[in-house]
Parts: sequence; structure tokens; C-alpha cells
Amino acid sequence: MVGGSAQRVAAREGDNQLVVAGVSKRFGGVIACQDVSLDVPRGGILSIIGPNGAGKTSLLNMISGFYKPDTGQILLEGHNITQKKPSDIAALGVARTFQNIALFSGLTVLDNLMLGRHVRMKAGVLASVVYWGLAQKEDIAHREVVEEIIEFLKLQDLRKLQTAALPYGLRKRVELGRALALGPKVLLLDEPMGGMNQDEKEDMARYILDVNQERGITVVLIEHDMGVVMDISDQVVVLDRGRRIAAGSPDEVQRNPAVIEAYLGTARKGGQA
Amino acid sequence: MSLLDQAKTSTLPKLLQRNAEQHPHGAGIREKTRGVWQTFTWSSYRDHVRDFALGLAALGFKRGDKLSVVGDNRPQLYFAQLSAQVLGGFSVPVYQDSIAAELVYVLNHAETSIIVAEDQEQVDKALSLKDRLPKLRWIIFDDPRGMAFYDDPILRSFDSVLKEGRAFGQAHPDFYETELAKGGADEVAMIAYTSGTTGNPKGAILSHRNLIATSEAFIEVNEVKPGDNWLSYLPMAWLGDAAFTLSLALVARLTANCPESPETVQRDLRELGPDAMLAPPRIWENMLTQMQVKGSDASPLKRRVFGHFRSLAERCELKRSDGKPLSLADRLGLTVGEFLVYGPVRDQLGLRNARWCYTGGAPLGPDTYRFFRSFGVNLKQVYGATETSALVACQPDAEANPNTVGRPIPRIEVKIDEHGEVMLKGPNVFRGYFKQDEVTRDTITSDGWLKTGDAGFFDKQGHLVIIDRAKDVGKLTDGTAFAPQFIENKLKFSPFIREAVAFGDQRPFVVAMIAIDMQTAGTWAEKQGLVYTSYMDLSRKPEVAGLIAEEIAKANTSLPDVQQVKRFLLLNKELEADDAEMTRTRKVRRRFVAEKYASVIEAFYSGKPSADVSMEITFEDGRKSTLNTTIAIHGEVAVEPTRRAA
Repeated sequence: MVGGSAQRVAAREGDNQLVVAGVSKRFGGVIACQDVSLDVPRGGILSIIGPNGAGKTSLLNMISGFYKPDTGQILLEGHNITQKKPSDIAALGVARTFQNIALFSGLTVLDNLMLGRHVRMKAGVLASVVYWGLAQKEDIAHREVVEEIIEFLKLQDLRKLQTAALPYGLRKRVELGRALALGPKVLLLDEPMGGMNQDEKEDMARYILDVNQERGITVVLIEHDMGVVMDISDQVVVLDRGRRIAAGSPDEVQRNPAVIEAYLGTARKGGQA
Repeated sequence: MSLLDQAKTSTLPKLLQRNAEQHPHGAGIREKTRGVWQTFTWSSYRDHVRDFALGLAALGFKRGDKLSVVGDNRPQLYFAQLSAQVLGGFSVPVYQDSIAAELVYVLNHAETSIIVAEDQEQVDKALSLKDRLPKLRWIIFDDPRGMAFYDDPILRSFDSVLKEGRAFGQAHPDFYETELAKGGADEVAMIAYTSGTTGNPKGAILSHRNLIATSEAFIEVNEVKPGDNWLSYLPMAWLGDAAFTLSLALVARLTANCPESPETVQRDLRELGPDAMLAPPRIWENMLTQMQVKGSDASPLKRRVFGHFRSLAERCELKRSDGKPLSLADRLGLTVGEFLVYGPVRDQLGLRNARWCYTGGAPLGPDTYRFFRSFGVNLKQVYGATETSALVACQPDAEANPNTVGRPIPRIEVKIDEHGEVMLKGPNVFRGYFKQDEVTRDTITSDGWLKTGDAGFFDKQGHLVIIDRAKDVGKLTDGTAFAPQFIENKLKFSPFIREAVAFGDQRPFVVAMIAIDMQTAGTWAEKQGLVYTSYMDLSRKPEVAGLIAEEIAKANTSLPDVQQVKRFLLLNKELEADDAEMTRTRKVRRRFVAEKYASVIEAFYSGKPSADVSMEITFEDGRKSTLNTTIAIHGEVAVEPTRRAA
């Protein structure tokens, strides 16, 4: 099946920065994803929606390399990244945030963001300890990148605070900052607005739009807040029980009867995936 | 000899030119961006002002045109004001947190033709108003963040104007020098809009002479050294900021420092350690509260050491202010305390280098005042108004006193007229209100005395004491004088009371509306195990009413019997500038509040236990909604006359 899809993949690549071609993943008897395909256009915002257990996070985990798909391929700018290690995929320019915030809670905001630069650091352990020449220069250059992100996300007053001391909404913003520190081409956001109040959601939506428009970063988003999804997405893909059941513009998706039945119309709306 | 007598130093932009020629590499102005203090030397300061002025000229800005800046303190916004003045234009700074309706009034009244906006937020506000601003020709933005997709032809970026300016300068080689030389001391430098406690804001016209003469007088009575660091964090539209960051800094060659963002001021203050500091009482009180909160988390040993040295310092400060000598033991204790407690605390607050600190705009609670003085902060009172170039009087180092505002600065005559109103004459008195000649005639008498509108007197030491706004001073029905602000200030010294509005004119007794302080009252409630959800909920708790009743009883002990507060209520929302209840500088608009809460005031005197209020609430984005609510009235505060001696 992998070989057979090669042509299909090539035909679809075009201007798509990220292509997911017919991936399937099975955990024992549970099918997380079955023959799911995605075309993520360069510079767009694509949202993945679907009820609980639809396979959204599994799909994100396969793109970022945490899971290996059983079948199918994932291409980033034409390179097959299906079997690459997560760290290699990150180095290629795919950054992500997590549904449950994954920050170092004992470190400061600044240190967490500096860690986001880790894949871009070249100086060795010894050079870093001596902190002279390249290591020092490199550290300053990375700090500049991080400071630019701090300004972008308006985190100036939190720079030296431990992330554990921050309220939830701000920790989410710091996590976005850490993902940006990687200098990504593609940003995968897993429920960036989960558990936020309306104000925080509006702020976050603004930041996602700015990330996309000003920094030109392609965004793949999993989100439960339909208002936000329909407002900011260029394209929406709907998963249900591991299968792709619809895709298109927000309008098209909202009118699609299969979607209404599987997701928007059911009482399961709004739950945690 | 005054700078004003010399043609080369008679305006603010000329002083900038002087500084750039004499000290090209000295630090002129700094801003913290991306975590680092970035310096503009005097010569680069001048270059920016020159290029931006040339750019404004290329955009058609002429002598007498008005330029408004709106945003947080940024070097670029100071550059823009000086650039307008290079061309003989007026700078009109406006409050960055104004809602649309307020902005429209000021910008139209001032006939602003160019707005220089800090960022996208301010640009959006300006763009939404542009159809109602017929004189507006350009909006120039500094921070390009988020602006990439704006294509309105009215917009220009700050950098593009600088670039146009450089091109214009090449085509017109002597333009800048010629325009700069045209400026004279008596030309208008800026129109500063008053915060407007009554009705619409008024535009006070200030000349270069007003500002420079006031700075020169200030320097004579305060230790100001070239190269001193100054933190520019107060609102740019408040004249106090312009008087220091533009005028004093240029006259005395101070380095102005713009904080990274409004949220980082405290941290930036500590990093910078400025050589002098000006802050309203609210900020001093905040500093003290925060320190106490942090202190309560410290280890028991540290708390005991702190407590011991704090009480020692306060005891010694009291002795000093009474003129009593300190014992050897006191002196030794203070020396050890300086090493262990006072020095480190000043360092934490960012006040270790500050040779003088001023508080002004409203009285500061005596406890707060004593705390800072006793810890070695040279905190003093200053008095001024927009109409007096922000300064009338200040206290000499040896005569600090929480109850007075000090001595008039040199070359200013101050007298008290027969009604007790403070009147003054001198080079700091403004030129009049813009386009409001009648009001100007009411304010400046035919023989040149400015009526400040403040009631006050001189004490034995020769210090000016301000009691209240003269027009607010009324009489109770029994004929005794009633000064509402005097009473309110006593109430506001309580940490639990954020705002108070007292009524009593033509009434039998004094009543007060109280806005509780959410933070301190909330903490108190938590300690009492009280559950609350919101400000409104908290203000309705009978326990909170009891707490405030005690606080009022305390304040009453320091008031004459007839002026004591007899009944009070707790407002169920804070007084807000967005609801026009306060000015942008957080002064209560008394008359407006009296009208809005008319039914409540009636209830006070009719003895009803509660009043129904219907009020309009304005949200930050300008939306409005109406709130109908019932407010309970608490009465008959216990008064213990025996405690008055304390």
C-alpha cells in the first residue's frame, strides 16, 4: 500500500507544505486512524475537528513523529518524514504544543523558551561550559530570537517568573512561545484554547492569526470551540472514529450532513478528545 | 542667566540641538526592548527628531499645525512631539486609554492634523474615528506589528516618515536649521488637555518659556545632575510627564528611560535604579502593600528582624520630625538596620539611587509617608497643575512634611485671596485655554494672577497647605465649612477604601459613598473565611460593611465632630473613568457622581435603609449596558470622642 500510494502522493503535493497520505494507526484492537489524508497548504490554517476519540491527537502525534503510522506516508515539503525521529522532525521545522501543557514548571518563562531553541544549538557541552567564542555568540543570538518572541506574545513582564506560578491561560501562551522558539515552518497546536475563558480565547485566536499572517507559519489546529475554528480556519477537516468524513472550507463543512450527524448535531459536542 | 535669554536655547528642540552638539555621545533617551536597555545618544536623539520633522514637513505639516501622540511612553512619541515643535507646531498628547468619544472631542477641539500612534491598538481606535475628525490628514504608527495588511492611504509608518524626511532634507539642505532658528521662547510648545473634573477637558496652552522657566526654577531648589536617570512611565498626556521627560530632561541633560511595557514598570524601576522619582500616592501605596505581602511569606526570623528595624526606624523618624535628638543606641541601631534592612528594601524597590522622590496630585497617607521616610527614601510632596506648567511648590530636603506641599519655587508669587483661594503669578503660568477665551478670563485675572481653584493657606513655617478645590468647599446647614476632599482623604488612608465621595453641602450632616479596595478587602474576606464571587458580591457582605464602619470610625476620630461621616454606603462597582465618574488621572468628578447617584443621596438624608439605582456601565470597548440594583445604606457609625486624642 505504501508503494501504491507514491503516485497519488506526488500528484497531490503541488503547493501543499505538508501532505498526509492515507495513514492508518491501530493500537491493538482500537483503530485510531484509518486511511486518513490531509493536504496542508503553505501558509494556511487548517483545523481538525471531530468528537472524542476521533483520532485527532493520534494524527498530530504521527505528524510530529511520536507515533509511527502502520501504513501511509507523511511528507514535509516533499521529503518523506514518516519514519523519522521526533527530534529530526522538529529540526526540519515542525513544532507543536500539547493538549496538556508540557512545560518545565520549575524553570522560568525565559528558560522554557530558550529550551525551545535547543534543536538549533550547535555548541557542544564543553564549549557551553567554557562559554567563550562560538558558545557565547550562539547563546546571544538565540536569546535575541527568544526576546523577539517574548515581545510578540507580550510576555515581557513574565520573563523571569517560574511557569508553575502562572495561570493556565498564560502557560498556554508560553507553550506557544516555546513552539515558536523552534523557528518552525509548520506549527501543530493541540487544543490551544482548551479550558480558557472567552477573553483568553480571543487573545489566543489573535496570536494564532498573527503567527500565521505575520510570521508566515502554516498552522494545523485541533480545537473544540467551533466559533474559533470557523472564524480563523482556511480549511477544516472532520474526523470521526478514525476516518475522515469531510473536508473543505468552514462553510462547506458546516453544511455537510455527515458532519452535522457525526459531530455538530450530537450531544457529544464540546467534550475532551 | 536664563536659557530663555539666549536665542540658541530658547525652545525645547533648540535645547536638544545644544545637548547633541555639546554631548553627542551622552545618553539622551533609552527604551527597554527585548529585555535590553537600548540607548539613543543625544546626537541620535537629535537626528531622529530632525529627520522626523523633515518628514512631517514633507507631509505638509506647517507652523501652527497640531500633532497628537497616543500610546505608552516610547522614545518615538517624544521624538514626534519635539519634531512638531521644530516646525513651530503644537504637540497635543492624549491619554492612551481614552475611549473613542473622549478622543473625538479632544482631537477635534485641538484640530489635530497628524496622529502619531504607538501600535495597532491605537491605530484601530484612530481609524474608527477618522470620519469624525475632519482635520485629520495622517496617522503615523510606530510599532509595525499587525500592520502588514492595513492599506488605508491615511497610514504611514514612523520609519517611512523618517526616510521621507532624509530625502526631503537632501532636497532642502538648510530647512531644519532655518525652521529651528525661527522658534522663540514665547511660541506655543504644547496644548495639554486637563483631565476635566467638570465637563469637557480644557486645552491649556503652554509656551516654551512656561516649561523651560519652570524647569530652571525646579533645578535651583533640587539636586539635579546631568546624566541622572529618570524613569518615564507616567501617562504622556499628563503634563507632569512632559515637564520632566521633555522639559527638565532637556534643560538639565537627564537621561529619560522608557519602560518595556506598563506591566514591567516595577521590574524596570528596580533594574534602572533612577536618580530621582515622581509618583502619585497610589503607586507609593502599592509599593508598600506589595512589600508587606511579600514580607508575610518570609521566614519567621526575617519577619522579626524586619519588624524590629521597621519600628525602630519609624520611632526615630518621629523623633526627628519633632526635632528631638537621637540616642546613641538609636543611631547604632539605624546603622545596623541600614545594612540589614533599609538598604536592601530600597534596593528591591529600585529607590537605592534616588536622591529625591516626590509624591503629588493627591495627599499620601501619613503611615505610608512615614514608612518611606523612615527607610531612608527622601520622599517629599509637590504641588502643581496643568495651568502652572505642572509645578507651583515643592518641599526642600530638610522640610519634608506629609501635611503641606512645600514652598513656592523661585520667581513664583503665591498669595491667598480673601476667599481662601490660592492665586499665583510667574513665568510658569500658562497662556490660556485653547479656543476658550471666556474661561481663560475667568481663570487669569486682569492683573495677571492665576486662580488655581484650590483653597489653601500658608502655615507658620511658610509652607503652602492645600485643603480642597475652592468650589467644592461648601457649608453644612448649621453653617460650618465642609471640605469634601479633606474628609475623603482621611477615609482613603484606610487600605480597604479605594475611593470615597463625601457629601454634605447644604445638608445637616456628612455622608460618604465608599468604593472598597478589591485586593485588600478581598484578602481580608479570605482570611475571615468569607466566600465571595465578584466586586459586587463582596461589597454586599454585611461583614465587609462592618469592617468599613470600623475604618470610618477610625477616620472620624481625626475629624471635627460636625464633619464626621454619619452614614455611608458601599458602591457595588468601582468608580471608573470609562463611566465618566473619574478623570483619566483618577480624580473623582464630584458633580457628575452627585447627579448619577441623586436617588442615593436623597435616601441618605431621608433615613431609608436602601436606595434603588439605575446606572449605565461602559465597557472598555465602548459598549454600554444598564444596571439596576439596590444599594444598602449603613448608618450611625459609632463615634468614640474619647479616641480623638489619638
